[in-house]
Amino acid sequence: MTAQDLTIDLASTTLRQLNQALHRLAPDTNQRYWRVLNPRGGHALAAGLDAPVKVEIDGHVGYYCAGMNKLATVIVNGNAGVGVAENMMSGLVHVRGDASQAAGATAHGGMLVIDGNASARCGISMKGIDIVVKGSIGHMSAFMGQAGTLTVLGDAGEALGDSLYEARLFVRGSVASLGADCVEKEMRDEHRAELGARLEAAGLAGTVDVAEFRRYGSARQLYNFHIDNVY
Amino acid sequence: MTQDRIPRPSPHTVPRKSATFDDYTLSEIRRAAATGIYDIRGGGAKRKVPHFDDLLFLGASVSRYPLEGYRERCGTDVVLGSRFASKPIDLKIPITIAGMSFGSLSAQAKEALGRGASAMGTSTTTGDGGMTAEERGHSTKLVYQYLPSRYGMNPDDLRKADAIEIVIGQGAKPGGGGMLLGQKISPRVAAMRTLPEGIDQRSACRHPDWTGPDDLEIKILELREITDWEKPIYVKVGAARPYYDIALAVKAGADVVVLDGMQGGTAATQEVFIENVGIPTLAAIRPAVKALQDLGMHRKVQLIISGGIRNGADVAKCLALGADAVAIGTAALVALGDNDPAYADDYAELGTVPGAYDDWHEGNDPAGITTQRPELAARLDPERAGRRLANYLSVMALEAQTIARACGKSHVHNLEPEDLVALSIEAAAMAGVPLAGTDWIPGRGPF
Repeated sequence: MTAQDLTIDLASTTLRQLNQALHRLAPDTNQRYWRVLNPRGGHALAAGLDAPVKVEIDGHVGYYCAGMNKLATVIVNGNAGVGVAENMMSGLVHVRGDASQAAGATAHGGMLVIDGNASARCGISMKGIDIVVKGSIGHMSAFMGQAGTLTVLGDAGEALGDSLYEARLFVRGSVASLGADCVEKEMRDEHRAELGARLEAAGLAGTVDVAEFRRYGSARQLYNFHIDNVY
Repeated sequence: MTQDRIPRPSPHTVPRKSATFDDYTLSEIRRAAATGIYDIRGGGAKRKVPHFDDLLFLGASVSRYPLEGYRERCGTDVVLGSRFASKPIDLKIPITIAGMSFGSLSAQAKEALGRGASAMGTSTTTGDGGMTAEERGHSTKLVYQYLPSRYGMNPDDLRKADAIEIVIGQGAKPGGGGMLLGQKISPRVAAMRTLPEGIDQRSACRHPDWTGPDDLEIKILELREITDWEKPIYVKVGAARPYYDIALAVKAGADVVVLDGMQGGTAATQEVFIENVGIPTLAAIRPAVKALQDLGMHRKVQLIISGGIRNGADVAKCLALGADAVAIGTAALVALGDNDPAYADDYAELGTVPGAYDDWHEGNDPAGITTQRPELAARLDPERAGRRLANYLSVMALEAQTIARACGKSHVHNLEPEDLVALSIEAAAMAGVPLAGTDWIPGRGPF
């Protein structure tokens, strides 16, 4: 048996038909590479995948592309709308353009790579995902981030890591401001190793110096309610 | 001639307490002064508000033809989610179990809820924190809540669910997020929610990846796509602006809307929030039904009412006002054993009495329901508690049937506002039914 490549043109195929075909794939499917044409900003493209296949979308996508992804690799050759890879469990989502708000929101695992910039609330409520943004991120990113890593090669907007739990944040550029209970932390060897591993996984090994990054995390002052900590 | 006078005390009044500064208010002022922090508790609004007790059914008479006792058929079944879902939920009774989380409740309590609901052919609902094996395993119909926190949210459980409930708010705290204090963040709860053990967990009050009704429409599309359009999608709101909220939920594509009044319970929230934000359940129903009617969606998008439902009469009144089903939370916990006088000594040790215990957030529930302490949770036998819940649900359904038959209805859904009158002007205005003995509906015409 040989692997089969499939091309789906959304100019003549509905979103429902595309997603249904992808959902029916068995874990050992031979239909491992799917190319999607003419996405035209459609929403929920390749959402809910649960098989180790590769889906490459040529064009811009709307809200929630690759939402709740498991196992699959989804490549967006364009920009992505709100909530790309939201609640991803595993796999890889790669946006070659920019991403709108809430990229990687609440995601439990897998990796999200954004070649361009990501808008506000990138990694909001992240629960284990690794996010690498080659450009900059908007305000309130990693808000209530619980676990995982957010790596930013550019700058971070205001209120980075507000109400942060245990997500780890690495920023190479400037940070406009830190949110409530988010503090800069010492960058030790284990953190440089972790950052290096994330950069390598994002295909950036040898192209970025980990020494240029600063680390941010939770001060853990809000973990148990105290009246003096009310903002 | 002089007369010895017997000295008498001057007449004085009996001690008089202020209606404004009553004993509870005074105690709260002292508590606040001593601690410097607001009070947190579980449950719903305790203040007296117009409620279903303020409505009566008229029953049949010369102009109406009743159905006989319990022999003539009176249906109670309801289908939820028939608008878009390919697999709507078919319930035998119009009484569902409201969303309550594992974390706020013990695993034994969640299992008992599933057992009781399943025995009666109805559904139960997860809560903030995800789906447990216990509740999925013991619930033949399980609604999976999709909350702002997304704790424990994963697509596998989404597909295992029989319906999805997008929670925007709840009646005890419209505009507020969840709260689970450190005493109840056990290792299992922490792992399910990806949180450190023992912290005070405060859930987000708004969804992280959508804002407003237009975004909600796209979020619903995503959930439908992920579940291949099989699952009914509910949208739950706290009673605040029911006409507009229900209309927007319908516009966004909901199959079912759940409307929770201020008497609806919460695991933990500030007392001031519970008692002062939101509107009573009775006041919320008619605007919600009107929104559905104005959109031509009444009975097409089903309406579930919750918040202070206690018996079959309350169920019948909700249905008569236009609801398709009700959801119970607090009453279900009482059926399991919450606030049972059998634990009076334990409640006394906690400084309270059966019927008043509401410190659910502290995790010391003697009944083993609102706790994560293993020794307390072990007090609740899920099988026995499940049977108690099934009995209670059965009685509620029988009571609703009794009233429906008395009104001449062969199905509880045939009850209608015309079957009702109100005992007070307030209730008449809120429910949109006449004041008893008159044909006056306040706000709709002159007396």
